[in-house]
Amino acid sequence: MALPVYASPLERIWYYTFRTLCALIFLFLVAPILIVIPLSFNVEPYFSFTHKMLALDPSGYSLRWYDTLLTLGVNASDDAVRDSTWWGMVWEQATWVKAAKNSLWIGMWATILATVLGTTAALGLSRPEMPYRRLIMALLISPMIVPIIIIGTGLFFFYSSACISPDNWLGWLLSPFLSVKGCLANSHLGIILAHATLGIPFVIITVTATLSGFDQSLIRASASLGANPRTTFFKVIMPLILPGVISGALFAFVTSFDEVVAVLFIAGPEQQTIPRQMWNGIREAISPAILAVATILVIVSIAMLATVELLRRRSERLRGVTPQ
Amino acid sequence: MVDLTAAPDMLRTADGRPLKAALAQAQRKAKWRAFFLVLPLLAFVVLTFIVPILKMLERSVNHDGFSSNAPTLVAWFNDHPATADIPEDAYAALVTDLQQMQKDKTAGAAGTRINYTVPGTISVFKSAAREAEKLQPPYKDALIASNKMWGDPLVWVAMRNASSAYTSDFYMVSADLKRDAAGNLVRVEDNQRIYVYLFVKTFVLSIVITVACLLLAFPIAHLLAVLPMAKSNLLMILVLLPFWTSLLVRTSSWIAILQEQGIINDLMVWIGVFSEDGRVRMIYNQTGTIIVMTHILLPFMVLPLYSVMRVIPPSYARAARSLGATSWTTFRRIYLPQTLPGIAAGSLLVFILAVGYYITPALVGGADGQLISNLISFHMNKANWSMAAALAAILLAAVLLLYWLYDRLIGIDRLKLG
Repeated sequence: MALPVYASPLERIWYYTFRTLCALIFLFLVAPILIVIPLSFNVEPYFSFTHKMLALDPSGYSLRWYDTLLTLGVNASDDAVRDSTWWGMVWEQATWVKAAKNSLWIGMWATILATVLGTTAALGLSRPEMPYRRLIMALLISPMIVPIIIIGTGLFFFYSSACISPDNWLGWLLSPFLSVKGCLANSHLGIILAHATLGIPFVIITVTATLSGFDQSLIRASASLGANPRTTFFKVIMPLILPGVISGALFAFVTSFDEVVAVLFIAGPEQQTIPRQMWNGIREAISPAILAVATILVIVSIAMLATVELLRRRSERLRGVTPQ
Repeated sequence: MVDLTAAPDMLRTADGRPLKAALAQAQRKAKWRAFFLVLPLLAFVVLTFIVPILKMLERSVNHDGFSSNAPTLVAWFNDHPATADIPEDAYAALVTDLQQMQKDKTAGAAGTRINYTVPGTISVFKSAAREAEKLQPPYKDALIASNKMWGDPLVWVAMRNASSAYTSDFYMVSADLKRDAAGNLVRVEDNQRIYVYLFVKTFVLSIVITVACLLLAFPIAHLLAVLPMAKSNLLMILVLLPFWTSLLVRTSSWIAILQEQGIINDLMVWIGVFSEDGRVRMIYNQTGTIIVMTHILLPFMVLPLYSVMRVIPPSYARAARSLGATSWTTFRRIYLPQTLPGIAAGSLLVFILAVGYYITPALVGGADGQLISNLISFHMNKANWSMAAALAAILLAAVLLLYWLYDRLIGIDRLKLG
């Protein structure tokens, strides 16, 4: 949209005003995310820039809040030697490290569940002969639309009654995945199931979007060349929809990794996750340690976004949609 | 079995079956094959999503706190129609139940149930249960002497309505209604109308946020649509980055920006717009909720607008200009009408998401920036489960209605993420 040579002065003014306006809106979008990065290196326990920071004085900056992430909850003196025993204690005891391990574990399983179930379903939903397609699609996407507080409330009622006594064989078999009382409430499995449900809409949306450009005659071509359905799936369909599947999986992972409301409702003290820890931090004593976590999370999200963008371009190239 | 004699001139497959039947069978098979692919996920979603929501809906019409703990009085209610004057034998039944409640320590549970419709009755039940052993007939006078609330017809109307576990009382309370002595629905006093007010406020704030999102999203979506692909892809990343960043990260950085000792206030004091004592608090109130939610929901507005704007041919606008329209007329008469589908999709999506928002108002909303979701959470924390469930059910109905509208107008399969 270059400015044409015949533009009137008024149009010229409008052109530059519009550009400035857009720049300001982009600033509104991105600045709040990037601002946490310098703030997290604050040497003072404040949430704002100090004079030393503004003067770019190195003594105004420190890594102390990142250090807090490692030491909080560790049963060792501050001047302890940082040898392998100390790191072992950090790995076992540090509050934030434990939260990170929980978050990653729950996120991983929720992602696997959502991706496998979601991709299979998306394959079915993309077939023209699928009955009640629209209704089922609306149902499967609704966990994204229904407010999380409602899902949390429902899960709370359901999980506290979804118990099985460890005395019978099924309860005994399931007991490692359930809480001490044999319930889904306060168990890792409960959260994994809930987070998988929340991630499913994203997998469905991204995979059906990839499949919408999928040439169905490739399947027939593959069959006519003697491939059985399994070979067709792994050799023809999967490589073509893989970018969509990976994007969907990343969306599902981020959804789980950032989810706090369901965790607040159905988790016990054993299922402390990063968002829950942050939630407590923001509500109670707000310290720049939160900003240190935030910075790490921003870097993770930049990496994820870059991956998804690269995948999208690759997928467009494979499908012959070339950027102009 | 295939009837080979029926119509000799009918089209047949190689193995002699009528083509129509063979085709129908093949299609049925394909249908089932497609359905079986979806089935596991469908079962999963029913278990982890539909069943919990049904449980919640059941809670919203079921509370057995009173009915299970006052069996004698419940039986009396079932045998006797409602009268204005409550006879002695009803009071006798009540005292029997109160004595049992004292033994089982359930007076609180029963009182809580009545307390939803007649505030202040929990303590009345508890103290009456403590004294129940000592009461002498006539029980009517004895109970009323201990607390005159026992003579209040409202309490009796409430107990009669609570005598079944299934009730619509929680919806009644959610609509700021109550029953008068004759059992008719009337509005509660002005100073107690909190629920309807909060529903209205949630809707109004959601509209404000939607409009704010639209105003901010329209220019940048337009810019993204008209720039060359390479540049717009680069700028698109700025829209998608917030989308991928943790909600809690965004909320905490807004706290850093907007609080009294925050970046904007520091900047304003430094420039000299605010004095040191005149710092403005922009967070932990309604303003904070609006600003932060606008930021969080903005990408959901930009993406649908962008996908519509990108396919609008620029030649229409050029044609209008060449026919003598001013740039404003061209925008208003030619460009804007073509963006309407995007505006509808984005606005509806943002509005749906805003109505049920919880995290941001809870963290930065302060006292006056709370939405209906926060009230649901409040009742959950107070163990007022049926009340929370009824409010959640009303919110769910509103969201599903909007969702249905979205599917009708835009189509759920057109939803895109970046």
